[in-house]
Amino acid sequence: MPGDTATSTTLVPLILVATRKGAWLVHGDAGRSRWRLDGPHFLGHIVSHLMLDPRDGRTLLAAAKTGHLGPTVFRSMDLGATWREAARPPAFAKSADGKGRAVDHTFWLTPGHPSEPGCWYAGTSPQGLFRSEDGGDTWVPFSSINDDPDYLRWMGTVQDGTPDGPKLHSILVDPRDPAHLYFGMSGGGVHESRDAGKTFAPLLNGLEVVEGFDVADPTFHDPHCLRLSPADPDRLYQQNHCGIYRLDRPGDTWVRIGRTMPPEVGDIGFPMVVHPRDPDRAWVFPMDGQTVWPRTSPDGKPAVYGTRDAGATWQRLDAGLPRAQAWWTVKRQAMSADALDPVGLYFGTTSGELWMSADEGGSWTCVARHLPEIYAVEVAQRAVEAGG
Amino acid sequence: MKVLIPTPLRTYTGAHCVAGSGTTLAEVLADLEARFPGIRFRMIDEQDRMRPHVRFFINGRAVHDVAVRLDDTDELAIVQALSGG
Repeated sequence: MPGDTATSTTLVPLILVATRKGAWLVHGDAGRSRWRLDGPHFLGHIVSHLMLDPRDGRTLLAAAKTGHLGPTVFRSMDLGATWREAARPPAFAKSADGKGRAVDHTFWLTPGHPSEPGCWYAGTSPQGLFRSEDGGDTWVPFSSINDDPDYLRWMGTVQDGTPDGPKLHSILVDPRDPAHLYFGMSGGGVHESRDAGKTFAPLLNGLEVVEGFDVADPTFHDPHCLRLSPADPDRLYQQNHCGIYRLDRPGDTWVRIGRTMPPEVGDIGFPMVVHPRDPDRAWVFPMDGQTVWPRTSPDGKPAVYGTRDAGATWQRLDAGLPRAQAWWTVKRQAMSADALDPVGLYFGTTSGELWMSADEGGSWTCVARHLPEIYAVEVAQRAVEAGG
Repeated sequence: MKVLIPTPLRTYTGAHCVAGSGTTLAEVLADLEARFPGIRFRMIDEQDRMRPHVRFFINGRAVHDVAVRLDDTDELAIVQALSGG
């Protein structure tokens, strides 16, 4: 009717895919049944993480480098239509003797607390923690981590890290308190700050390490992925090099909930995802961590495992996935959940396939094939006009 | 002086060859950075070290120190040096 400006909106998913050779934005419809690939962006760049700012719904940051060139961060204010390079990408402080560390690549991006618009955190390889207060244009290092003698010792050398370089990842911001932060280091353990990063302390009780090493030394701890329950920020989950864990604060002792996984599958993997509304529900993607660590799906039969009771029991969720001879895996930041109802789950594989489930893991559909090796998958909800 | 730009860096310069000025390689790179913001950090890390897969040649001779001297008649070639997938 005249003068009636009311419009109805609907939420649609936007999958952000970072790969070894570029990035893609995958637009879904409200039914999560039709998908449109927008990309590649930065073809040929090694994109470790692509993240949308949930506070404005349009700012994208991409952590990128190439085989030849140093690392940088690209920013888009228009959902990827145009990009600009950060004026000051994450970089360590310059040492007096010129022998200091240099960022090889920015690996992880986390938007800051909703009360701090423009604030972002970045984790790098080798391990470093950085903060931006201007939407990712300029980045400042945390000397409390990057230059601290204890932390430098715990980070170890490049040889102590993952095959693609040691990494600081899983930067978590408590939604109730912007000064309460967590992060993980591979290697170097799980750490927590309650003073906005002025100081950090290890949070390792209950975690296991490879047999024969000192469990009290953060050096030997290798968290692969930390997640905080959006519905209960006092609950954390972790996929570790040595099992799946849960931590309920204010307690400080992790409980190995992966012991209840089927023995033939085990509880080794990279990613972990938590239900947006139910803190008892979480999902993992197990991989083969035996003998020489093939880092493939166990027995070539990929499956997500989900728990509905905080890790007391697990259910295999593989309907629609290949039944055999599928030797890919899913990296630590390559699995994500949307906040729709029912929850959508998404993962990207080392073989360049993008899979999703619109029924919380009950069945899986391949959204895209033949992409480069997928490093990261994030999903955001966008409000669009109904029917748009 | 003449500075040859490799393909990965032409998004900054828009050209395969640009003019540079300075009496040392470090000064020439600073001059490029002033005109093409961001280009230096892709070649030189925060400790002022050359990145592993970027090489610099002055008149066809490889140099490994940003303090090396050059003059306006020299030709600086910046080269990507990496193979594999």
